Amino acid sequence: MNTSLPIADRGAHHLSSSAKLASAVPAAHQKRHSALVRVTHWTTTVAFLALLVSGGEIVLSHPRFYWGETGNVNMRPWLNLHLPSSRDTVPTGYGYVLPDQNGWSRYLHFQAAWLAVGTGLFYVLFGFFAGHFRRNLFPAASDLSIKELGGSLLRHLRFERPGKEEAWSYNVLQRLTYLLVIFVLFPLMIWTGLAMSLGFTSEFPLAVRLLGGQQTARSLHFLVTIFLVLFLLIHVLMVFVAGFRNRMRAMISGTMISGTMTTGRATPPTE
Amino acid sequence: MSNVSRRKIITTGLAVAAGASGIAVAAKVAQHYGLIPPDGGGLYGPGETLTYAAQRLLTRHSMAREFSRSEISENPFANEVDPLGDEFKRLQAASFVDWRVTVDGMAARPASFSLAEIRRFPTSTQITMNGCEEGWTYIAEWTGVPLSYILDRVGALPQVRYVVYRSIQPDWWESIDMADALHPQTLLAHRMNGKELPVPFGGPVRLRVPRQLGYKSVKYINRLTLTDNLKPFGKGLGGANPDGGYAWYAGI
Repeated sequence: MNTSLPIADRGAHHLSSSAKLASAVPAAHQKRHSALVRVTHWTTTVAFLALLVSGGEIVLSHPRFYWGETGNVNMRPWLNLHLPSSRDTVPTGYGYVLPDQNGWSRYLHFQAAWLAVGTGLFYVLFGFFAGHFRRNLFPAASDLSIKELGGSLLRHLRFERPGKEEAWSYNVLQRLTYLLVIFVLFPLMIWTGLAMSLGFTSEFPLAVRLLGGQQTARSLHFLVTIFLVLFLLIHVLMVFVAGFRNRMRAMISGTMISGTMTTGRATPPTE
Repeated sequence: MSNVSRRKIITTGLAVAAGASGIAVAAKVAQHYGLIPPDGGGLYGPGETLTYAAQRLLTRHSMAREFSRSEISENPFANEVDPLGDEFKRLQAASFVDWRVTVDGMAARPASFSLAEIRRFPTSTQITMNGCEEGWTYIAEWTGVPLSYILDRVGALPQVRYVVYRSIQPDWWESIDMADALHPQTLLAHRMNGKELPVPFGGPVRLRVPRQLGYKSVKYINRLTLTDNLKPFGKGLGGANPDGGYAWYAGI
């Protein structure tokens, strides 16, 4: 490590080596996110919000969840959301029925799913080729020790604002979270979604059998949604904590102003 | 700097033009192979076309999952229907002896079959899932005459691309392509769980399209029309559900 760089010195104990390099480059506007990351980030944002709204709307036509292959109002759900429904066949306890929105909701849901899957494939494919995952997301082995992970967790729990050098790289918890979302939660959403399709499962019956049934697939689709929404909320909260304007600038234009991570004010890059 | 941006503009322009003509060619090819659904236009057309084309390329001959007898739902749910009209009640009072299913359109021998005839036709039995677009499901055993048998019997012309089927209920109809119409699991079902098909589940006769959602399995069928073009029917989207804003292809 080059000790002549004070930025790299501070907080270097919880940064991976690539971060140290990045933070050592002095410039007012420094490159932060590649075009691949920025374009796929916002495309996924649009697709995810469309999926969330339309998916929530579809759930309202039957806000009950079951395990196994079958489930309907004649059967006991494991989860009843106790929401008003857009069908009068669902016993909700409410004295009214919401308007049916499933037509456009289903159209939008599948169109947005195509957009999300297409974007995801593009991102993962080019991400591997361009070394995005290796460089930015796979944590350094040294960061995976109990001490490092615990330290990072502690800093998060204390709501410590990230040091400015952290703006140039993801910390270890951030890396693990993004990897979880990209390689576990999103694939699970696609899998459980397709497992509900009568057409898809006619060709690939294992897709639903391995999960334990069509209604189990539907329940899991809903549960994973909750995790993704939690991720979204924390993600946006963290952007605010870390400095909304600069982080948004980094994800839109690709560049960030050095030394502005926590305050939002521009300061000379090397202090 | 201006040279670079000019080059960039030209490159981008060429890429956009190439992309646009690529999509146009893809659309032509898809049209030729029958991969564009009748509701493939409009705001959600791209997604709908991708879904239908992908399913037709992957699942044209696949069989809907079949279940064991022990998996048949003890409490199947009969979704609500519009109130049944006087004509239906009159036929029901006479145990449906006068119920007929008329087959017309592009057939060499258009015909009208009585319920007794339909019940005498060769049957196929399946234990399959009925899945609703709302999210609920049940499993039942269905028995009926394969639609392909009917099409064969009336001499469906080679240019037929869709079968339009109607309920006795006014303005309630749907259609399927030949991949589903000729599919061995697509039935004119008249028995359920070993008994005559109960009225709440579509008796005396309903269509069963087990690779698609329940709204394609129209109840109280009394007319089939063979056609090569869905444009003249309703809004031209291929069914009462598509006319009401739902997708024509309901395999997902």
